[in-house]
Amino acid sequence: MFELFSYGDTGWGDEILRGLAITVQLAIVTLPVGLCLGFLAAFASKSKLSALRAIGFGYTTIMRGLPEILTLFVVYNGVGLLLNATLKWWNPDATFIDFSPFAAGVVALGMVFGAFAGEVLRGAFNSLDIGQTEAGRAIGMTDAQIFRRIQLPQLWRFALPGLGNLWINMLKDTALVSVIALSDLMRMTKVAVGVTKQPFTFYLAACLIYWAMCVLSEIVLARMERRANRGIRRA
Amino acid sequence: MNPMDILIQYWPRLLDGTLMTIKLTLLGALIAGMVSPFFALVRVHSSPIAQAPLRLYISFMRGTPILAQLFLIFYGSGQFRPFLQEWGLWAFFRDPFNCALLAFVLNSTAYQTEILRGGIMGVPQGEIEAAKAIGMSRARALRRVIFPHAYRIAWPALGNEVILLMKASALASIVTVFDLMGRTRQIFSRSFDFSVYLWAALIYLCITAIFVLLWHQSERRLSRHIDRPGKPRAHVPAKKETQA
Repeated sequence: MFELFSYGDTGWGDEILRGLAITVQLAIVTLPVGLCLGFLAAFASKSKLSALRAIGFGYTTIMRGLPEILTLFVVYNGVGLLLNATLKWWNPDATFIDFSPFAAGVVALGMVFGAFAGEVLRGAFNSLDIGQTEAGRAIGMTDAQIFRRIQLPQLWRFALPGLGNLWINMLKDTALVSVIALSDLMRMTKVAVGVTKQPFTFYLAACLIYWAMCVLSEIVLARMERRANRGIRRA
Repeated sequence: MNPMDILIQYWPRLLDGTLMTIKLTLLGALIAGMVSPFFALVRVHSSPIAQAPLRLYISFMRGTPILAQLFLIFYGSGQFRPFLQEWGLWAFFRDPFNCALLAFVLNSTAYQTEILRGGIMGVPQGEIEAAKAIGMSRARALRRVIFPHAYRIAWPALGNEVILLMKASALASIVTVFDLMGRTRQIFSRSFDFSVYLWAALIYLCITAIFVLLWHQSERRLSRHIDRPGKPRAHVPAKKETQA
């Protein structure tokens, strides 16, 4: 059985590892995109402008209610169509361009992550001690200074458990991009299954790899949480 | 094509898909809901060694993508075909609906077990002692005191889990179950009209919204003996007694 997972022409170890690399790349590229969207959503829902608040609320509510796979298809098919329609309008002779599955994956997963992160960050903002912000203002800090020196370090502490869960969910959701033909871990497993006719063995191997990534993430996140809380006295 | 035309032309398919999505979700959540209380009790009361297999199962279900679990069951069962045929189980595993349902039940059981465990552990010790003091048997205390309160604590989280399951049920379309997502993809592949995705999104949002409303109603009903809805459920000590 182990020769199935060996390197080289006979085994599928190298193909699966290459798929794993794509999966990890996708997750790591998506994370900052999602975090930025999350911060934007959190700021929007705390804004003084009711229009911005409505946009923030609409975005987080709608994205959280839709199946991730639907979002992925909407982005993959929709943005592709939109891109080409715009291109055609700009330049009627333009050739049809393809929206890359990787980009679609980053945009779709980032949007989902951002919607959930927006809620986590909003909750974290709300648990900040308002007195500290006022104290910062009293000693003449600018809003940017208050955000960077007082709010952000504590925001991190409050939001980390929630964001950690979202990271793990996103890591698992990357499996969906195999459906739009990105050669990630899941897709490479499928290819291996097609040739070897051993579906259970290979899908189990894929599951074990995802599982290992999640358990590893949990361990790292627990450490980060301990570090984020190092200055806090337990009641 | 006009978005309305798509809806007029294809509404029977969309309706059919919607019913399938609801069926998958409710069946999955219900079957998982019948198993999870027993698992939750094991998680609360058994020795760590007895719990080990259950914890492994829960960790696996929470640590792997549902899509991978679905493929493991649907395609993976093919590897054991002779064995399954011998046992007369092949007919079950050949049907994508059954495989999808099985995957969702296994997945949701893991999540619901952990949610209920939290609920059971949230029941105040005093209530359990009081039940013992008036001579309730263990089974009766579970049925009349512990589980009613545990479910009340766990209810909002269980509602979230059902919504997550509803969203996950869209994955069944990948193994050729014609749920709402499956029908949507089918219509898109015929008409190449993008608006069908937007209709599907709207339907999913409606299902979620209606479910949230119903769930809130049921939550209110579960807590109807607590006179201040919306307030924290922690029991408030009567002031006179504490000051006396």
